[in-house]
Amino acid sequence: MAQPSASSLNIKATIVSVLILATFLFAWHLGTAGVATTQKLDPEYAKLMGATATQGKSAMPGPIEVGAKIWEHLKDPFYDRGTNDKGLGIQLAYSIGRVALGYLLAVAVAIPLGFLIGMSPLMSRALDPFIQVMKPISPLAWMPLALYTIKDSGMSAIFVIFICSLWPMLINTAFGVASVRKEWLNVAKTLELGPARTALSVILPAAAPTIFTGMRISIGIAWLVIVAAEMLVGGTGIGYFVWNEWNNLSITNVITAILAIGLVGMALDQLMARLQKSVSYAD
Amino acid sequence: MTKALISAEGLAKRFPQGQGQPPLTVFENLWFEIAHGEFACIIGHSGCGKSTILNALAGLDTASEGNIIVGGKHVEGPSLDRAVIFQGNALMPWLSALGNVELAVSSRHKDWSRAEVREHAMKYLDLVHLNGSELKKPSQLSGGMKQRVGIARALSIEPQILLMDEPFSALDALTRGSLQDEVLSVRAKTKQTIFMITHDVDEAMLLADKILLMTNGPKARIAEIVENTLPKERSRTDLHKHPNYYPLRNHMIEFLVTRSRELAGGAGAKPGELRHPPVVRPTIGGTTHVETARSSQPAESTAATDLQAGRVSAA
Ligand SMILES: Nc1ncnc2c1ncn2[C@@H]1O[C@H](COP(=O)(O)OP(=O)(O)O)[C@@H](O)[C@H]1O
Ligand SMILES: [Mg+2]
Repeated sequence: MAQPSASSLNIKATIVSVLILATFLFAWHLGTAGVATTQKLDPEYAKLMGATATQGKSAMPGPIEVGAKIWEHLKDPFYDRGTNDKGLGIQLAYSIGRVALGYLLAVAVAIPLGFLIGMSPLMSRALDPFIQVMKPISPLAWMPLALYTIKDSGMSAIFVIFICSLWPMLINTAFGVASVRKEWLNVAKTLELGPARTALSVILPAAAPTIFTGMRISIGIAWLVIVAAEMLVGGTGIGYFVWNEWNNLSITNVITAILAIGLVGMALDQLMARLQKSVSYAD
Repeated sequence: MTKALISAEGLAKRFPQGQGQPPLTVFENLWFEIAHGEFACIIGHSGCGKSTILNALAGLDTASEGNIIVGGKHVEGPSLDRAVIFQGNALMPWLSALGNVELAVSSRHKDWSRAEVREHAMKYLDLVHLNGSELKKPSQLSGGMKQRVGIARALSIEPQILLMDEPFSALDALTRGSLQDEVLSVRAKTKQTIFMITHDVDEAMLLADKILLMTNGPKARIAEIVENTLPKERSRTDLHKHPNYYPLRNHMIEFLVTRSRELAGGAGAKPGELRHPPVVRPTIGGTTHVETARSSQPAESTAATDLQAGRVSAA
């Protein structure tokens, strides 16, 4: 029997994915649709709980309600009606902006510092204990310190993004730089390339795939952390939106936001994967 | 001052060993000279320190003792005047063949425009018959083509000296042969001084003007310098038809099989010989010694070598 081709495998996988989604949506719909009767309920309790109890309706919104909500958000993602009522698009833009800023700051620090560590065995050893201690600290643990010193909640969130993105990039850059093949460095020496050109035209392209692996890990962590950070600092952002909608008991909005967080995270990861692919080389 | 372009004067390389042990001496008392335009090969068993010598000549490594003088100056570090062709091709895999050569050219000629750099790089890729493949990445090239790019890269900087560390040993016999021809024809054009490591006796006989025979380590040294007694105009196909072919070949094989081992660890070294290793010319009529201008060695001091050489060529 012939091996299934890659494209036929893709088609099959897509069909299975759609089936899984359909099953999930159907189960969700069944699970949340009103089926139970309320006769046996204490009337006072029923009064308290409103429609949820009296009509046998689940507190959990069903897929149709969430779908309607998503459509509502999609129609007008950027409305702004005061502090606690902004469109999902605006909230996501705030979060992406913070992640971008903190992340780029981390890139600006991690890559030169990683080069230094990777090229100097002395600095590598000297900085190692600090990195080992700092790396396992949950980035949110820095939040009080950041709020106290920076005194600005938005900037504090950016700082937390900076600190959590730093380590994977720093470690990968240092590792990538330190493991550049000796023969390439020897070529650079015999060609009298000089330190700056060696760094830019030999070490950087040689280490780029490893550096980008670190950058991809970092963007993933940054997107995980921003939601939590914004729940803490409040004001704006998708993390704050989730928390605020929870306080409003709008589970529909919470679910919509969760979906949006997932999609944006996936997009960021795919973007980094593209960049990583563009700098990788076959050996 | 000597007239040699390259002179190695009393080189030694020692590596520290574990505590309480004396350092490991890979080679010592190593002397040789290479004249302008000469093609010298060095042959010796694996581990005797050939690559270490080549790296020291390149300026990538330093000897523990002794001096290397090139063109009247001490070698202090790597230089564009001494190009290296590495055993592994050492190409940058993220650059195309052209990009690899361009990197070298732009380093040699910092003031050139991109177009000038490209044109010059293409000229050397043409020289090694790689036109048409210049935009391919090393991973898309065969082993022989990769080594050709390495050769083009080294030649493109128009170095005074070409240093080659077993450049063809990783290639199959057919590819090796065509690359050897390539090196011969390039050299006929450029007249470069070449120092090459090989462990292939036939390769040395085809390419080299003289062959430095190195004893085994530790404490390896140059035991003998063999002059190539084959005609200057030689080709791979008619090499073995020359009457001097077997005497020359057997002399070297015999050295590699027997004497390189017997002379290891500094055995059989005569003080006068260290500075000026005996120069021999194995021919169909027997092996003769060449009296070098600076050699004040009486003939009898190399009688032992003579005897053995005679026996081999008679065999
Ligand atoms: N860093 C090192 N420490 C100890 N010994 C070394 C080191 N580098 C090379 N050597 C030794 O030096 C010897 C010569 O190596 P090399 O020049 O590569 O030999 P060749 O090229 O002739 O095969 C080898 O025996 C090797 O074990
Ligand atoms: Mg070697």
